[in-house]
Amino acid sequence: MFGILASVIDGILVGAVYGLAAMGLTLIWGVMNVINLAHGAIIVIGMFLLYIIVYSLGLHPYVAIPAMIVFGFLFGIVLYWIAVHRVIGQAELMSLLSTFAVNMVLIGLGTAVWSTSPYNVPVSMPSISLHGYTFTGTHITAAIMAVVIAGLLYVLLYHTRIGKAVRAVANNREAAELTGIPTTQVLAMAFGLGVALAGVSGTLIATLFPFTVLSGDAYQLKSFVVTVLGGLGNPAGALLGGVALGLIEGLATPFMPVSWIPVVEFGLFVFCLIAFPRGIFSFTKA
Amino acid sequence: MKRSLYLFAAAVLFAGGPALAQNTITIGFTASQTGALNNDSTAQMRGIELWKDHVNAKGGIKAGGKSYQVKLVSYDDESQNTRVQQLYTRLITQDNAQFLISPYSSGLVATAAVISEQYGKVMITTGGALEKTYKLGNKHLFQLYSGSTQYLAGALKALMQKDPKPSIAFVYENDPFSKAVTIAAREQAKKAGVTVAVDESYAGSTTDFSPVINKVISAKATALFGGGHYADGATLARQLHEQKAGLKWVTLLVAPDSPKFAELGDAANGISVPSQWEPQVTFKPDFGPTPAAFAKEFTDKFKIAPAYHAAGGYAAGLILQHAIEQANSIDPEKVTEVLNKMDVTTFFGHTKFSDDPKSHGLQVGHEMVLAQWQKKNGKLVKEIVWPDAAKTANVIY
Amino acid sequence: MWRRPFPWLIVVAALLFALVPYFTNDVGMRESLLLAAIYIILASNLNLMIGYAGYVNFGNIVFFGLGGYICLYLVTAWHVHVIVAALIGGVAVSAVALLFGTGILRLRGAFFALATIGVNQAVQQLVVNFEPWGGATGIYLSLDSYKPFGGPMQALWWMYLLIVLLTAASMLLSYVIKNSKFGLGLIAIGQNEDAAAVLGVPTARYKALVYSASAFLPAMAGGLYFFKSGIIEPGAAFNLEQSIEAIVMLMLGGAGTILGPALGAVLYEEMRGILLTTQYLSHFQLVIAGVLLLIIVQFVPGGLLGWLHRLWPRTRGWLQ
Repeated sequence: MFGILASVIDGILVGAVYGLAAMGLTLIWGVMNVINLAHGAIIVIGMFLLYIIVYSLGLHPYVAIPAMIVFGFLFGIVLYWIAVHRVIGQAELMSLLSTFAVNMVLIGLGTAVWSTSPYNVPVSMPSISLHGYTFTGTHITAAIMAVVIAGLLYVLLYHTRIGKAVRAVANNREAAELTGIPTTQVLAMAFGLGVALAGVSGTLIATLFPFTVLSGDAYQLKSFVVTVLGGLGNPAGALLGGVALGLIEGLATPFMPVSWIPVVEFGLFVFCLIAFPRGIFSFTKA
Repeated sequence: MKRSLYLFAAAVLFAGGPALAQNTITIGFTASQTGALNNDSTAQMRGIELWKDHVNAKGGIKAGGKSYQVKLVSYDDESQNTRVQQLYTRLITQDNAQFLISPYSSGLVATAAVISEQYGKVMITTGGALEKTYKLGNKHLFQLYSGSTQYLAGALKALMQKDPKPSIAFVYENDPFSKAVTIAAREQAKKAGVTVAVDESYAGSTTDFSPVINKVISAKATALFGGGHYADGATLARQLHEQKAGLKWVTLLVAPDSPKFAELGDAANGISVPSQWEPQVTFKPDFGPTPAAFAKEFTDKFKIAPAYHAAGGYAAGLILQHAIEQANSIDPEKVTEVLNKMDVTTFFGHTKFSDDPKSHGLQVGHEMVLAQWQKKNGKLVKEIVWPDAAKTANVIY
Repeated sequence: MWRRPFPWLIVVAALLFALVPYFTNDVGMRESLLLAAIYIILASNLNLMIGYAGYVNFGNIVFFGLGGYICLYLVTAWHVHVIVAALIGGVAVSAVALLFGTGILRLRGAFFALATIGVNQAVQQLVVNFEPWGGATGIYLSLDSYKPFGGPMQALWWMYLLIVLLTAASMLLSYVIKNSKFGLGLIAIGQNEDAAAVLGVPTARYKALVYSASAFLPAMAGGLYFFKSGIIEPGAAFNLEQSIEAIVMLMLGGAGTILGPALGAVLYEEMRGILLTTQYLSHFQLVIAGVLLLIIVQFVPGGLLGWLHRLWPRTRGWLQ
C-alpha cells in the first residue's frame, strides 16, 4: 500500500521539474506565439553546463543554477536576434522551422563535441527512507528549486514593471507599442527568460539522472504534454500540468504494464487538446 | 527487364576488375557518426581501423599469390535505417567494395543484409546479436556475436550458484534486442523454477525509473535482470542505487560494459554485464594478436580501453582476412565456402558459423562471459566472474 | 486537364525519373532517387494540408508508417501480393484518417500542430505494444517474399518503378485539387477559415477530406518502401524527425505550389546525401543542414519557387 503513496510522492517531485521545463516553452509561446522546437536542445545545454561546472571548474553542482540563469538569458537574447526576430508575426510554420534549424545546429555541435554517450554528475545529498522506499535528496531539492523559480517568475511577471510590459506585449503587441513599450526589447527579453528557464530545468534534471546530447527530445515531448495539460501560454498552469504528468506516470505504474504508460500519456495529450483546448488548469489566466 | 538485369549483373562483375589490378581490397561499412548509437558504433569502427593498420603494416591480405592492401570506405548512417540501404548500395556499386562489414545494432544489420545478399557480397556482422536476421534465408551473412538467447544464460547460472531460489525482476527496454534477450532469460528462469517477481518493459525514451523501481521494491525482488542500451541502463543503475532497492544482484545489458560506466561511482559497484569479450580473457589465438596485445595496442592508439564493441570490430576484419587467405581468392563464393566451414579461435574467442540453411551464418561457437564492476582499493574495476574457467575474481553477491 | 502543359510536364519528369537509372543501370542513382521519390510523396501530400489548407501537420509520417505496417502484415501473415497489400493499406489508412480527422481538425493553428505530434507518438507506442505486428521487434521479411518478382534484385527495381508512379500520382493529385472547386475552398480556408465558412465553404467536411486524401499515397508508399527495406520496426516507421524533414523540403521548394515540394525534396535529399558521404563534412552534416535551413527561413521564406516567382513574375503562369 505504501508503494502507491511512494509513487505519488515521486511523481510530484519529478513532476515539478517537468513543470519547470515546460514553463520556458509556454512562456515563449504565450508572449510571441512561437513554438520553440529548440527547447529540447536548450535543456541539454543546461545539462552539460552542470557537467562543465562540476568537472572542468570543480565547483559545487548547485552553482550551475544561477550560472545557467544568467547564461541562458544572454544566450536566449542572442538566439532571438539570430533566429526568431525576423519570423515573428509570420505564419506559424516559419518560426517552427527557424527554431528547428537551431535545434539541428545545437544537436550537431553537441554530438561533434560530446558524442551521444551518457554523462553522469553524481550529486550527494542525504535521502529519506520510509518503509523501504527511498526519496533522494536531489529529487527533493530539485522539486523545491523548481517551485521557488516558478514563484520568482510569478513575481517577475505580476509584480514588476517589466512583467507588466511582457504581459502587455503578449496581449496585444500593437497596443503595447502605442503606449510606448519597446516591444522588440521586451520580446527579446521574454525569449531570454524562456531559454533560461528551459536551461535551468535541464541543469536540475542533470542532477537527478545521467544524460546524453539527445536527452532533450524526451523532455521536449513531455513539455508539450505538460503545456497542454496546463494550458498554452500559461506559466502558472505549467507547474500544475507538470505535477499532473508526474502523478500520471507514478500512479499508473503500479496498475498497468510500464510499456503502456507512453500510450496513456500521448492518448491523454490528444484527448485533452480536443476536449479542453484551453488546458485543464486554465482557471489561472496568464 | 530480365535482359538488362543480366547486363547489369555483368557490369557489377566487371566492376571488381580494376580493383584487382591495383592490389587493394575495398571493405565497406557504415558507422553511426551521429545519432543515438554513436558511442558503441564509434568503438566498433575504431576496432576495424586498428585491424586495417595492422594488416597493411604487415603487407596486406595474401591471396592467389598477391598481396592486397586494405582500403576502408565508410559513411555515416545517422543511427537510422532510412539511409542504410542507399549507403550500402553505394558502397557496392560506386566504391566497388568487395566485402562488407555490418553497421552497429541489430536493426541496422537486418536492413543492410537485404542489400548485401542481393549483390551476393559477404558481410561479417558485428554488433548485432538478434537471431532473427539469420533465419530469413541469407547465404552470405556471418554473425560474429553470440546470439541474444546466450546473453543472460551465464548470469542466471552464476546467480543460482549463490542463491538457488532467487526472486528475479525483469525490467528491460522495449526494443528488439533487449526484448529478445530478456524474454529468453525469463523462460530459462521459469524452467529452472525461479520466481519471476516483476516482468516489465519500458520505452527507450524513459527518463525516470522511480515508479518501476517502487514496483520492484513492492514485489520484494532479490535480483534484477534487464536494462537495454546505453542511457537508460546508466539511469536505471543510478536510481537503483539511490533508491536503495535492496537488490543483491543486478545484471544490466550493454551499458555497464563501457569504461564510462565507472563514472556512476558507487552506483556501478556490484553491477554485472554479459559481455562478448573482456580485455582480461585468456584465449589462445590460432592467429592474430592475443587479447592482451589487442587491448594494449587499442589503448595506445585511442587512449581508451577497448570494450567488446571495439573487439568485435577488429575481430570482424580478422575473420574476413583469415577467410580470404584460406580461400586463396577474393571470390565471394569461395570465401563464403571457407566461412561456412570455419572453426577457429582468435583473441575474440571461438568462432564457428551455423551452416544449417534454416539459420545460416548464425554464430554457434562463441561464448560470452559475465563481467562485474568491483571496488578494489577505492577504484572501480571490471572483473570477469563467470564462467569459472575464465574468471579473474569471485563474484560479489 | 490533359489540354494544359503542366500535367504533361509531370508525366515527362516521372518518366525521366524512372527510366534514367533503369537504362543506365545505375543502381546507386536509383537508391538515391528512391529516397528522393519517397520524400516527394511525403512533401507534396503534406503540401495539401500545409500549403493549401494552412494546417501544419507535424505527424504525417504516421500515415507512412501505418501503411507500411498494414502492408507488411498482410504480406507476411496472409501472403497477399505486395501491390494489393499496399493498396489495402492506403485505403484503410485513408479511412481511419477520415474518421479521425473529423475530431482532430476542430483544432486550429498550433493546437492542431501539437495534436498531430501526439497522434504520431501515441500510435507509435501503441504499435510497440501490439504483438501481432511484432511489437518492438517489428516485422522481418524473409528473402522468399521477393520470389514473386524473381528475386530481391528485380523486386527492388519493381518497387522503385511503383514508387515513382506514386510520386507522379502525388503531383497530379496536387494539380487536380488545386484546379478544382475543392482546392479553391481549401485555399480559402488557408487564408481565412471563418470568412470561408461565411462564404459557404463546408469547412469541416473539406478539412476532413483533405486530411484523408493526404494520407492515401503516403500510406501506399510506406507499404512499398518497407517491403523494399525488408524490415519494419516502430522507430523507423514513425520517425518524427522524418516528418519534420518533409516540412523542411516543402518550405525549401515553396509551400502551396505543386512543383515546389518536389524540387525541395530532391534538393534536400541530394544535399544530405552529399554531406553524409563527404568525409570531412559528415561530422558536421547536421550543423550545415541546420544553418542552411535557418538562412532559407530568414531570407527566402517563399522557398525556391516563391523566389523565382518574385524574380521573374512570368514564371507564375507555367511553374505552378
